[in-house]
Amino acid sequence: MMQSKWSLIQSGINYLLKGIVLLIFIFPFLWMIMTALKTFPETMVYPPKLLPSMPQWSNFVTAMQSGPFFTYTKNSIIITFSIIILQMLIMIPAAYAFAKYRFKGQNILFALVLLAFMIPGQVTFIPVYLMLADWGMINTLLPQILPFVANAFGIFLLRQYFMQVPTEIIESARMDNASEFMIMYKIMVPMSLPALATVGLFSFVSHWNDYFWPLVMTDSTSVRPLTIGIAMLRETEGISNWNIIMAGNVVLVMPILLAYLFSSKQIVKAFVYSGIK
Amino acid sequence: MNRRKFWLSLRPYMMILPAMLAILCFVIYPVFYLLKLSFYKYNLLNHAKSKFVGGDNYKQLFAKDEFYIALTNTVVYTVVTVLLTMLFATLLALWVNQKKGKKFNALLQAGIFTPHIISIVSIALVWMLLMDPNHGILNFLLKSVGLPPSKWLQSSSTSMMSVILVSIWHSVGYYALIVLAALRSVPTPIYEAAELDNAGKFTTFYRITLPMISPQLFFILIIMTIGSFKVFDTVRIMTGGGPNNSTSTLVYHIYEYRSNNLGYASATGIVLMLIIAVLTFVYFRMLSKKVHYQ
Repeated sequence: MMQSKWSLIQSGINYLLKGIVLLIFIFPFLWMIMTALKTFPETMVYPPKLLPSMPQWSNFVTAMQSGPFFTYTKNSIIITFSIIILQMLIMIPAAYAFAKYRFKGQNILFALVLLAFMIPGQVTFIPVYLMLADWGMINTLLPQILPFVANAFGIFLLRQYFMQVPTEIIESARMDNASEFMIMYKIMVPMSLPALATVGLFSFVSHWNDYFWPLVMTDSTSVRPLTIGIAMLRETEGISNWNIIMAGNVVLVMPILLAYLFSSKQIVKAFVYSGIK
Repeated sequence: MNRRKFWLSLRPYMMILPAMLAILCFVIYPVFYLLKLSFYKYNLLNHAKSKFVGGDNYKQLFAKDEFYIALTNTVVYTVVTVLLTMLFATLLALWVNQKKGKKFNALLQAGIFTPHIISIVSIALVWMLLMDPNHGILNFLLKSVGLPPSKWLQSSSTSMMSVILVSIWHSVGYYALIVLAALRSVPTPIYEAAELDNAGKFTTFYRITLPMISPQLFFILIIMTIGSFKVFDTVRIMTGGGPNNSTSTLVYHIYEYRSNNLGYASATGIVLMLIIAVLTFVYFRMLSKKVHYQ
């Protein structure tokens, strides 16, 4: 009797503590959404209140009208999806060659791919900017796309997958006169969909969220993405206009948060997988 | 027939060509270009006026207080962030791995991971709101439990701690997931054997769990250290390196000098790259000696 009472209390405390930890990670997002719906005086009230007395949907309009947000959003979408598509087109044949061919210099070339993985963009941005400026590309979206078309991590991960595909299957397809292109897209790709999904999700999240690269690569608003636009709200709207800033912030976060709500299992799996391999 | 053979042998090279071109063009070549720039006084407006200055940029760098401040801040940030994140990630993972309350554990797992996929821009802005010294909810909470309020980002004595707090909150869920996956891959018979030997909870953790998950912990140590050395986004948005340079980091230092003293910024970049290279090398040497691998 005593035993079971004690274990009941124990598990009660356990749940309570877990609830508090969960709150620590969820509350800031809740606060963001609530602040986005408040009037300006309500954001300043002390003690702070969680709920707005009347949701101010107009905050979103104000935030979106404070700058060229249509352009920012369009740029973010174009950049993110161009990167994903180009990465796939470049990565698949490269990983296939590294996994299923034997050729001279293979190891050195693959080491080069891994090396590229380790060199940080936070130092190479200076020469890359100068180079792209020389090519007259600074006022286009290309500086935010081209440097990312070769995804070293993706090539590495996909190669692991491709190596597991039995060579006999490829040989027999070749017997049937299948072209290498057909082998890639009819055999290799369907067998490696989890890896491709991982890389795709990864690219989507990291480039939609990217702040550093567009910050150092762009000089004009016409080529800037949403992250830069939202970060600039503090300058255009005033440092303490938190309701407007958070409204903009909600717009930036929503696509990712929605994607996460609907496919949290896949996303979590993708991130774990990339971490272990 | 020979011609056909020649083309066949060329085929893998054609397949990797686009990837290799992009890597050469945007990663390898820029490293050499950066090295060259670090020896020049570069004129952004008129390239022809750029001039070779030898090691001047490096001399300037190693004589500058700001550089040492940025370096120290970066090291402090890295050590504290990496250690605390690893500690919390391991504790969270052990906690989520409990057999009781599976559903709630799954919810907790999803919850702590969420910040990791959100843009650092949003994270930084939300935490600036929470950390506002006058109207922020954090000071409200501190006061309501009888603690003195903090100036958070606005005082040079607490600004670095505040940035570190946000970084840990942002990434701990991701690393907890990796540790969790490692925990689940430890074969249960080992635990059963330990139980038969009447090993205590702590002994079991220290003698079995920890060695078994050490490869993943080591992996986290490497990628987190390298990642932390490149810290920039939180600093740029939340503090601008201030107050009083208290949160200026190496990448922020490079960023600040990129337009008016490009050669100097490049030299700093080379130094940062060398630090990262040395760290990577040391880690991999340790990896081959110390860590348990199956």
